[in-house]
Amino acid sequence: MSSDKQTLLEIYRTMVTVRRFETMAGEYFAAGQIPGFIHLSIGQEGSSVGVCSCLRKDDYVVTTHRGHGHMIAKGADLKRMTAELFGKKTGYCKGKGGSMHIADFSIGILGANGVVAGGLPIITGAGLSIKLRKTDQVAVAFFGDGAANRGPVHEAMNMAAIWKLPVLFVCENNQYASTTPMHYACSAGDLYTRAAAYDMPGEKINGNDVLAVREATASAVARARAGEGPTFLENVTYRLKGHYEGDPQKYRTTEEIEIWRQKDPIEHFGRMLAQKKYLTKKHAAQIREAVQAELSEALAFAQNSPFPEPGDAMADLYSNP
Amino acid sequence: MSERILTCSAALAEALHEEMRRDESIFILGEDLVAHGGVFGQFKGIPEAFPGRIIDSPISETGIAGCGVGAAMTGMRPFIDFHFSDFLTCGMDELCNQAAKIRYMSGGQVKLPMVVWCPDGAGLRAAAQHSQSLEAWFVHTPGLKVVVPSEPADVKGLIKAAIWDDNPVMFFQHKKLFAKEGPVPEEEYVIELGRAAVKKEGRDVSLLCYGAAYYLCLEAASTLREDAIDAEIVDLRTLKPLDMDTVARSIRKTHRAVIVHEACLTGGFGAELAARIQDELFDELDAPVKRVGAKDVPIPFSPSMEDFVLPSVADVLEAARAVTYR
Repeated sequence: MSSDKQTLLEIYRTMVTVRRFETMAGEYFAAGQIPGFIHLSIGQEGSSVGVCSCLRKDDYVVTTHRGHGHMIAKGADLKRMTAELFGKKTGYCKGKGGSMHIADFSIGILGANGVVAGGLPIITGAGLSIKLRKTDQVAVAFFGDGAANRGPVHEAMNMAAIWKLPVLFVCENNQYASTTPMHYACSAGDLYTRAAAYDMPGEKINGNDVLAVREATASAVARARAGEGPTFLENVTYRLKGHYEGDPQKYRTTEEIEIWRQKDPIEHFGRMLAQKKYLTKKHAAQIREAVQAELSEALAFAQNSPFPEPGDAMADLYSNP
Repeated sequence: MSERILTCSAALAEALHEEMRRDESIFILGEDLVAHGGVFGQFKGIPEAFPGRIIDSPISETGIAGCGVGAAMTGMRPFIDFHFSDFLTCGMDELCNQAAKIRYMSGGQVKLPMVVWCPDGAGLRAAAQHSQSLEAWFVHTPGLKVVVPSEPADVKGLIKAAIWDDNPVMFFQHKKLFAKEGPVPEEEYVIELGRAAVKKEGRDVSLLCYGAAYYLCLEAASTLREDAIDAEIVDLRTLKPLDMDTVARSIRKTHRAVIVHEACLTGGFGAELAARIQDELFDELDAPVKRVGAKDVPIPFSPSMEDFVLPSVADVLEAARAVTYR
């Protein structure tokens, strides 16, 4: 796994891109330009970017309702993502999916999912497909501490384990399943210990430390590519925003949020890069500006794109009716 | 075309042998498949002929269905065995929220070539959780196709179409029909999805049916002949897409329709078909459309009650006589 200056700066830039993309999405949602509802992963970029930095383009990812970060980190196109959030015809899903259903099969993103834990049995199927096709791809499922309590997780993990499938189960424990605290809903406290029940390696990682995530992911990916089976990673992190934009957040205190704000994964990584003398203040500002320019372009693309024709709703259901 | 006699089970196994030999992306996943070639012997010879391509799963219907979705999206053609159609309830999210919707939600980016093969139906004294006919649930889910064959030749031709379809196809085979014999062409053939078959021509009443109900109609038709009622039997074979043209042709000839299915009556496929007939063919009808189905209770265990609940030949006769005013 490379950790040269160039690689680390790219990781930093991707984290900034995820943060700025979601900040922008929040603003345009509040302004009423993005319909429906959106779930932001602000604060969780260490996990999304750390994991995806270890993946190849042909590796598979399933993500969740909180999936913008995973998609951007896997290489999704910002213009088509933004257009999809705006419900435009030029979006990834031609306006049929929205934030919760973005997919890009050309880069292995098998989709976000509106059903909590919905992606896990799917990723086990992708893992089985890899094994049957005898390639060295890996398949990664992102899910949350809330999803961890659903039955499909058990079935998906057990099947991946007995067949030694090249799968990473990446639990982003952001402390809350919507409004329900993890320490209330998860019987054993930690989640990674559940891996032992499937004879699968399980590891608890500081999810706000992108390099720690990257290191754990790299060894899990190597195991998977070598045919040694699945791994469970519990990336402990925190969502700094509500469950959805507009969430009144009565289930937690501002003090608690402040504690985690101090552990912001991007600031943490930025300080580390500065200490290594890889990143100056000036360079950091340049990165922010470059990202902002890219996002402005994506925003303009989305805003200037047409809405789908109402009748477009009837297309894309069957590949041959 | 030369023919020989095969059972429904043998017809299915033969189709799978032919197609699995043709394409390596086809594999079978489900519970209890390898040791006995499936609980009904439906995969006879396949474990030996295609080792590693028929896979025993743990009892994990959610996982099995989800694996089908994930494999179908990544270049395989999974054939998912659901053991008993009643257990579809354990895979509903994967089938109805995922398989049915992923192509649409993604704006048509991906194909999901996947067969969900479901043994269904009553009459085996298997009680309420091993006897249902659930096809209407899936007809009600845009994004799925639904096939319910009756005769061995249909099983073989339709399963091939289902395997090669690029969409998720729910394929229901009645458990009581596995041993049912019938002529099957020697040559390879495919029956296109969405094509009903007029299995018996008649002038007086259209018996519209599918699956096991076909055999009720066959028996009823020969009794009706004694009453000088000439029944036409339309085996729908595919419920979605539905061959409304063949239905319409038949009704334009007979002006009377009886819809027969084994599933319980209320909210069954017959309700949908009856609605379409009155909407599209109202002026052709000389009598109200009648439906025959099971009574609206779960399937009871004891034979006396199960037989009472299920639709019978007598029910078909009564309905046919009612619409022909005899």
